[in-house]
Amino acid sequence: MFKIVAKRQLNDVVTLMEVEAPLIARKARAGQFIIFRVDEVGERVPLTIADFDAEKGTITIIFQAVGRSTKKLALLEAGDSIQDVVGPLGMPTHLDGIKKAAVIGGGVGCAIAYPSAKALHRMGAKVDMIAGFRSKDIVILEDEMRAVSDNLYITTDDGSYGEQGFVTDKLKALIEAGNDYDCVIAIGPVIMMKFVSRLTEPYGIRTIVSLNPIMIDGTGMCGGCRVSVGGEIKFACVDGPDFDGHQVDFDELMKRNNFYRSEELNDTNHICRLGGDVNA
Amino acid sequence: MPNMSPKKVEMPHQDAQIRNANFEEVALGYTEEMAKEEAARCLNCKHRPCVNGCPVNVNIPDFIQQVVAGDYEKAYEIITGTNSLPAVCGRVCPQEKQCEQLCVRGIKHEPVGIGRLERFVADWHMQHGAQKAEKPAPNGHKIAVIGAGPAGLTCAGDLARKGYEVTIFESFHLPGGVLVYGIPQFRLPKEIVKKEIHALEELGVEIKTDMVIGKILSVDEIFEMGYEAVFIGSGAGLPSFLGMEGEGLVGVYSANEFLTRINLMKAYEEGYDTPIHRSKSVAVIGGGNVAMDAARCAKRLGAEKVYIVYRRSEAEIPARGEEIEHAKEEGIIFKLLTNPVRILGDENGLVNGMECVKMQLGEPDESGRRRPEPVEGSNFVLDVDSVIMAIGTSPNPLIRTTTDGLEANRKGCLVVKDDMQTTKEGVYAGGDAVTGAATVILAMGAGKTAADSIDEYVKQKHNA
Repeated sequence: MFKIVAKRQLNDVVTLMEVEAPLIARKARAGQFIIFRVDEVGERVPLTIADFDAEKGTITIIFQAVGRSTKKLALLEAGDSIQDVVGPLGMPTHLDGIKKAAVIGGGVGCAIAYPSAKALHRMGAKVDMIAGFRSKDIVILEDEMRAVSDNLYITTDDGSYGEQGFVTDKLKALIEAGNDYDCVIAIGPVIMMKFVSRLTEPYGIRTIVSLNPIMIDGTGMCGGCRVSVGGEIKFACVDGPDFDGHQVDFDELMKRNNFYRSEELNDTNHICRLGGDVNA
Repeated sequence: MPNMSPKKVEMPHQDAQIRNANFEEVALGYTEEMAKEEAARCLNCKHRPCVNGCPVNVNIPDFIQQVVAGDYEKAYEIITGTNSLPAVCGRVCPQEKQCEQLCVRGIKHEPVGIGRLERFVADWHMQHGAQKAEKPAPNGHKIAVIGAGPAGLTCAGDLARKGYEVTIFESFHLPGGVLVYGIPQFRLPKEIVKKEIHALEELGVEIKTDMVIGKILSVDEIFEMGYEAVFIGSGAGLPSFLGMEGEGLVGVYSANEFLTRINLMKAYEEGYDTPIHRSKSVAVIGGGNVAMDAARCAKRLGAEKVYIVYRRSEAEIPARGEEIEHAKEEGIIFKLLTNPVRILGDENGLVNGMECVKMQLGEPDESGRRRPEPVEGSNFVLDVDSVIMAIGTSPNPLIRTTTDGLEANRKGCLVVKDDMQTTKEGVYAGGDAVTGAATVILAMGAGKTAADSIDEYVKQKHNA
């Protein structure tokens, strides 16, 4: 059992939790993830480690309540425990040698982009961060992101906060204004990562994406998370989750991620009857 | 007087048409009367050939004589003297290739049902056995075991009996390895596995779950924590794919994924959160026990048609005889001498068929088996909406790539000497991590040998 030591609501649907996991906190690096199982009947779900503190022995997870398991998790409070937390899994993000980076987060993906920006900032790299949201009311981690980047640009689709537009619009403007990034790190919805990768390809800028396929064990024993990268099969849980955005078959990934949609929809109705108002 | 009946006492079974819609155990086990009757078929031979056929050398005639005498608790004690998981072995061992193959009664007629009797004794103990295993006096030495599958559980149990303080590190949230994620409920009820593992915990074995060694701790860090030797029983969990067109389509699973969702995560049971897609028509590629398990699970999830697609003929099929029979009774369709060519999909990326080619057997190859060759122009499309790949697994590289000095062969299997010692001092290994995918009982035999070697190693170190 893994105790929740702190909980903070970042917006209506995004929750931050600090969880006691001393062994994981000691080993975790930016880009790695954990698998949690909320209770005895729970499924195994991956979440990126948003922060870690070896001295306190805690890791931070930030998640959006989108399905049965994340909704169940969001119902837990500080002092409660999560049944299982396994990690740190996956390969850390390769940040060596990066001097000037653009780190892009889409929505709750900002929570996953944040530790990479933080690690780069600590290494002394120049970091421009572009954080995209649908609208003002779902903006998260603004202070944290600002503290680890040289420039923080916030975009909203509807223009209700920061600049109006998509993260790709901002990235294109920055590149065309002469910013010579040696790496772009993009983390968020698959469609966003696809368009960022498509944008940077003609400029020849190395682009790292963090993929989010369906996972079960997270240790390389099932291949449920397999993705096509450069025409080869890779298991995101052990070979990734970071990959070269110019090599990833994003369309295949989107199709695979939709496989259990009908089961999940049934599930949402199911949990409504059980747990009451968790759909808010 | 021995019972000279030429045939084994039959084992009661759930009817095929009822069981293929549920996950309850298929074979129901002997009653006391049946067990006594079958036990009386044993001739209690002086030279005991059956014992040599058992990888952990259970004293078979001795325990069977206790069944004849009606002292089942004594029989259980005899079995567990050398076998930590009798309720498991009685159910999943390929006895026809082991103990029962060497039974004297099997020369002219059917051999004694040794597996069925072992199962009866273990089940009887679980139901009626009062006495708890006595915790041995501690000898003050700590040993770590990586992986709570059959190899690790056996090694841990044997070391605990010798007085060692044993900790098992398991990556999943439940111990058991393939016994919990691979072999389905209808062949091996998970409650049985749980009870057998609980018996080990009573011996003093500590099991730490959610621990992926190679990530959360390295083998060297385990030594730093005060463990004097390490046994690696991490299995062969890395699934193979064929590399054919269409394997990225939605509806293509590795057997590991399909079986893990069903067995470990209980996706078929109401109230569990893990989803599983209910397919109408499924092709399972492969002919081993894993293929049979996957096919029979697919049928139980409601598939109308389930095919086993196997490139050789029935004579070469590697699955356990009883499981092939059960699969046929349950309506699994065998497409033998058939090989997949590519998987076909629709515009949404969903599987909607699999192109296959007919095969014929040519000249024997290096392995002595006749090599299957495609028949030109015999391609046809199998109408399926799911494909499950059950073509084998290899060892996971996680531990060997994070441990200096641990050698592996070309296939990724850890290199060990006869005593199960690896190329790194104090590190032993056994089971599928060393052999590649094999059987439960072979893994248990390796765990047993390693426990003896570790005992020797620790004693020598402290005498020196």
